[in-house]
Amino acid sequence: MIKTIQQEVKDHPFFKEMPADVTDLIAGCGKNLRFNAGEHIAKQGTPADQFYLVREGTIAIKLHVPGRGAVFIQTAEPGEIVGWSWLFPPYQWMFDVDAQTDVALIALDGLCLRNKCDADPKLGYDLMKRFSQVLAERIGHTRLQLLDVYG
Amino acid sequence: MDKSPHEWMTPTFVPILQVRPESSDTFSIELESEHFPSPGQFNMLYVFGVGEVPISVSRAKASRYIHTIRSVGAVTQALRKLKTGDLVGVRGPFGRGWPIEKAKGRDLLILAGGIGLAPLRPILDEAARNIEQFKNVTLLYGARKPSDCLFKEDWENWERAGINILATVDATETNWNRSVGVVTKLIPKVKFDPANAISFVCGPEIMMLFCVEALNNQGMEEHNIYLSMERNMKCAVGYCGHCQFGVDFICKQGPVFPYPALKSRLKVREI
Repeated sequence: MIKTIQQEVKDHPFFKEMPADVTDLIAGCGKNLRFNAGEHIAKQGTPADQFYLVREGTIAIKLHVPGRGAVFIQTAEPGEIVGWSWLFPPYQWMFDVDAQTDVALIALDGLCLRNKCDADPKLGYDLMKRFSQVLAERIGHTRLQLLDVYG
Repeated sequence: MDKSPHEWMTPTFVPILQVRPESSDTFSIELESEHFPSPGQFNMLYVFGVGEVPISVSRAKASRYIHTIRSVGAVTQALRKLKTGDLVGVRGPFGRGWPIEKAKGRDLLILAGGIGLAPLRPILDEAARNIEQFKNVTLLYGARKPSDCLFKEDWENWERAGINILATVDATETNWNRSVGVVTKLIPKVKFDPANAISFVCGPEIMMLFCVEALNNQGMEEHNIYLSMERNMKCAVGYCGHCQFGVDFICKQGPVFPYPALKSRLKVREI
């Protein structure tokens, strides 16, 4: 069964327990996207005007290191989100984002969402809490990676 | 133990049947043996004139077994220099291994980090041979980079037998079609019945602690989580005290423990 963007947003773990009228409002900023394995989804240093809900497939997050090329530092899979650069100035991608496999995403327009958050601070606060949780988890994971425990 | 303590303290010298590189700093040696160690047990390997180290058994077959060793200290570096036919002193097998009988009929989650996969390989071999005795068997494996992943030639066999393998590395610059990130991130991806599941965990202690927390978050009860501990084992028979961890000797009461037996002590920095 093909799900609408509204349903995809509502069912995505990132928006868990958010009221349907709010997820419908957010879904108004969304569109479906598909990428083939190996395609670039976003490039480090370019404008970050959206973030992604992963529906299918695996996304590779890479950091371009001069002299070394792209270092693959994280994967994101169904149920996860990718991108928070749209939230903070200068609104530029801090990483490369590539499709590791064929992927299906919901892209949510950052400017559209920021405008809705500015108009409705309650929505803004809720979204900020959800992003903060993801950021905190990723910082925790990064700290573990920095420990180089297997080294 | 059917030998007297002093007999356990005397190494038997056995020839190396085969040496095999596993990664840039890890290798395996195959030895002849009259013993058949339980999965999770270890031997003390002695290099004449250099010293002795505890090394877990990474595969056991009839009359021979394999040790997988990371070359990080004087003895392991000396072991790395040995060749087929050279003699190694062996004492063992020692310790309590994985409670595999408790895993039968249940979902089994095997979590390994780095060389922590070595003492769990016999469990994976056993699960692959008798997959029908278990419910879902999953290996969650974390390593620093793809070339550090151990026993990749076994993965296909294990997967063909029905074992689900989720692997992740900390970072990579090469092609890698599995996950990148910490091993704990893989845990929520595994579907298991918390009421009928058991988990065996081996890796760096900090990794094991985060794994326990992540397993708990998915509903795994603490008494169903088993950890393999590592300490400075010397005599391996519970006399010298080098590996003492609170009231236990890791060499004798361990190295595998149910998590509740360790829980309070794992939070004491001084031990």
